[in-house]
Amino acid sequence: MKPTDISDPAYFHKVVDCQWACPAHTPVPEYIRLIAAGRYSDAYMINWKSNVFPGILGRTCDRPCEPACRRGRVEKEPVAICRLKRVTADYKDDVTPLMPKPAAQKNGKRIACIGAGPASLTVARDLAPLGYEVTVFDQDPKAGGFMRTQIPKFRLPETVIDEEVGYVLDLGVKFRHQKIDSLKSIMSKGYDAVFVGTGAPRGRDLDCPGRKEAAANIHIGIDWLASVSFGHIDKIGKRVVVLGGGNTAMDCCRSSRRLGGEDVKVVVRSGFDEMKASPWEKEDAMHEGIPILNYLVPKEFTHDNGKLTGVVFEKVKAVRDEKGRRDLVPTGEPDMLIECDDVLMAVGQENSFPWIEKDVGIAFDRWGMPKVDPVTFESTAKGVFFGGDSAFGPKNIITAVAHGHEAAVSIDMMLNGQDIRQRPSPLTNLVSQKMGIHEWSYDNGVALDTRYKVPLEDAEIALKDIRTEVELGFDVKLAFAEAQRCLNCDAETVFTDKLCIECDACVDICPMDCITFTENGEEGDLRMRLNAPAHDTSQDLYVSGELKTKRIMVKDEDLCLHCGLCAERCPTGAWDMQKFYLEMTHAGAACRSKA
Amino acid sequence: MTYLPKPKFHHPDIETNELGFTHRDYEGPISTLCAGCGHDSISGAIIRACFELSIEPHRVAKLSGIGCSSKTPTYFLGQSHGFNTVHGRMPSVLTGANMANRDLLYLGVSGDGDSASIGFGQFAHAIRRGVNMVYIVENNGVYGLTKGQFSATSDKGSKSKKGVANRDTPIDLVAMALQLGATFVARSFSGDKGQLVPLIKAAIEHKGAAFIDCISPCVAFNNHEGSTKSFDYVRAHNAALNSLDFITGRAPITADYAPGSVEDVKLHDGTTIKLHKLAEDHDVRDKGAAISALHRIQARGEIATGLVYLDSDPDDLHANLNTIARPLNTLNDADIVPGVAALAKINAALR
Repeated sequence: MKPTDISDPAYFHKVVDCQWACPAHTPVPEYIRLIAAGRYSDAYMINWKSNVFPGILGRTCDRPCEPACRRGRVEKEPVAICRLKRVTADYKDDVTPLMPKPAAQKNGKRIACIGAGPASLTVARDLAPLGYEVTVFDQDPKAGGFMRTQIPKFRLPETVIDEEVGYVLDLGVKFRHQKIDSLKSIMSKGYDAVFVGTGAPRGRDLDCPGRKEAAANIHIGIDWLASVSFGHIDKIGKRVVVLGGGNTAMDCCRSSRRLGGEDVKVVVRSGFDEMKASPWEKEDAMHEGIPILNYLVPKEFTHDNGKLTGVVFEKVKAVRDEKGRRDLVPTGEPDMLIECDDVLMAVGQENSFPWIEKDVGIAFDRWGMPKVDPVTFESTAKGVFFGGDSAFGPKNIITAVAHGHEAAVSIDMMLNGQDIRQRPSPLTNLVSQKMGIHEWSYDNGVALDTRYKVPLEDAEIALKDIRTEVELGFDVKLAFAEAQRCLNCDAETVFTDKLCIECDACVDICPMDCITFTENGEEGDLRMRLNAPAHDTSQDLYVSGELKTKRIMVKDEDLCLHCGLCAERCPTGAWDMQKFYLEMTHAGAACRSKA
Repeated sequence: MTYLPKPKFHHPDIETNELGFTHRDYEGPISTLCAGCGHDSISGAIIRACFELSIEPHRVAKLSGIGCSSKTPTYFLGQSHGFNTVHGRMPSVLTGANMANRDLLYLGVSGDGDSASIGFGQFAHAIRRGVNMVYIVENNGVYGLTKGQFSATSDKGSKSKKGVANRDTPIDLVAMALQLGATFVARSFSGDKGQLVPLIKAAIEHKGAAFIDCISPCVAFNNHEGSTKSFDYVRAHNAALNSLDFITGRAPITADYAPGSVEDVKLHDGTTIKLHKLAEDHDVRDKGAAISALHRIQARGEIATGLVYLDSDPDDLHANLNTIARPLNTLNDADIVPGVAALAKINAALR
């Protein structure tokens, strides 16, 4: 193998698994260390800069970082990154003085953002302080989009949304409560750029017999959640069936439990393990006494005099065909009737653009999705950008935020006459953490603690009021203990081959047997020859240049604890622990100068 | 010195031996020696050898004297017995322990000061008596604990860190051990675990006085240009006589060597050492030839490493003294009080 090029920022970025996995590339270990140090405001601001909604995401994020977390490979469970993010929001001081100020002078450019969800608000936040005049339109009376309408208040209190949406609007962003039914009309108003962040607003329906007759008690999940959110709906029948296995279904069933539903069931077509809902959301639902029944396909809504009486399900099983595709085939058992008073349908969301005229120059693919450049987020119409769920279909908040940042970069570059395909490189820094012979400026001791659970409100109290937040969040002590579980993967092991005397000290001390000195070879061959075989090819091998004995140093990045013992036991400083910091370049002078 | 305990986490696919132990189970507390010390590498090699041989840690007694080397038994085999003796007196204490309990595996760890100066006589007599042990000298050619004065094994002409050359003739412990009757004699280098680990394994299985002189660079005081015990010097002047795979009778492994150059050396207990000869003319079973090879290689300015001499059917002290086959602590009254009849018999024999 060739020596690893550590000057490529992607190399060490990848080692910080959580940051690499995060769509917005939030510097996770950095803020976790700040939490451990009790510097909650600073930790919050690192988050705010990167993901705009730390308090919201700290409660609701899909947390792609956690399955990626190295801790989950070293022991059983990853660091509770998401809930630590909430800690920064819960314990910060007043951060308003740390926020950017509204632009003192406008630059004369006007931007329209359609939809006031996370993608649009991110665009607004990135552009408003630069002097752009940003107007955000939404059909709902308050900004926040699905974060406000879809996520039940027992998971995400309204005060948190108000606060964090407020930080954006306080930058001089205009919010207009106005449903846009014509893109043409917006484009004709002389905006310099238009950003579409309208989400995936249509809930899928199920066309089964009885759907029309029993319509009064059959609700589309996301519409129902929005009505609950705005207080238009405050009760539901005693027996509720929720159809669907995604996170919306989990929100529907748990909301039902709080609005009078006593016998609430979730019914999914496929197997329990295949459900789209995050494991922790399923767990939360089951914790509230909601059973999840699987392999049942809805066949018919039964009704009596226009009143829903139940749902008939066909029992199926999963069968794999010769190509390995999974198919659901009837088991032949008799159908099953589940009696109920209400049905909530959470069987998927769709994009919907009835308000975009055919002749504005925006091309759509055959699935009805706009053709959007995955790098610049520009549509086929110049100056019209898409982001969030409306760009590539339903994903999650953090993805929408990442889209927003990129679209803002494109808009800023475009309006400064630059090529928006020349993307700005991220800001990176690599600094030695050595403070003394065996002292590092990070806590390199490895805590053996297993993952701490977030304390919950008593179920009885929690189920009484839909506005009572279930999770109480970590207290300061728990937050510290959980933060100490972080392995500081951004404290990179940096190897300088010229300094190495091949004394083996690092090999002997490494608790994970990551380091091997051996003859060079092809990657596949090397991986099997290491002191501990490196099976996970998604994790890189760090390969040095040739050493004095003609061997090379190979380090398997996979399970490194970043404990720094290799560097402590290295007599020559060939190993050093250096903090890798990567910050995405957002819209502004930096993105333009670096392009 | 590292203050941090080594994290308990280990590789999820870590190898286990026949006892179900991982190599981590053979570790001790973290070393307090200087970073990069050759001695730590030797500790690593001992850990590896014991792990690979599936040795039960409680069957091992580690004994040492005084010095950097003699601190190391703390840092390996944390579940084993240990005795840190007086300076240079390890061989005598080891001999005594071995006499009392022949069932344990005796690992004497010493240094060039401990064995070639203050304990020279002790070293000589333990070897001479054929005590069944593994005697490892972690040889760095300097007194590291007192800041780098030349030791008795320091080569003539080797320079100190300040540039002063050593004028005294060195003691070659390998040659001494051969003269004194050690039945397993080897030299190795802390920077070459590929050579060292099989040697330690073979020495452990050897039922007699096994001696390994292991050159172990002192990174603080003897790893500079001009030193003959630095990493660079040893690597540049290493004349390996052979490399060996230690093969137990239970799980033979076949190494992929060029035909004709591999020799199987059968040991009396049925185990085999597969010897990959590097110096074609070296016969490990010929003591005279071994001594002359040592001199020849030394005269060339090189360091002979590998298995220098092996007596595949050695005697040990217990055999020579015809001692009881069981450890003394397992003997009961009936064993150690022969009774009136036996006494009468002895008395009668003397009349």
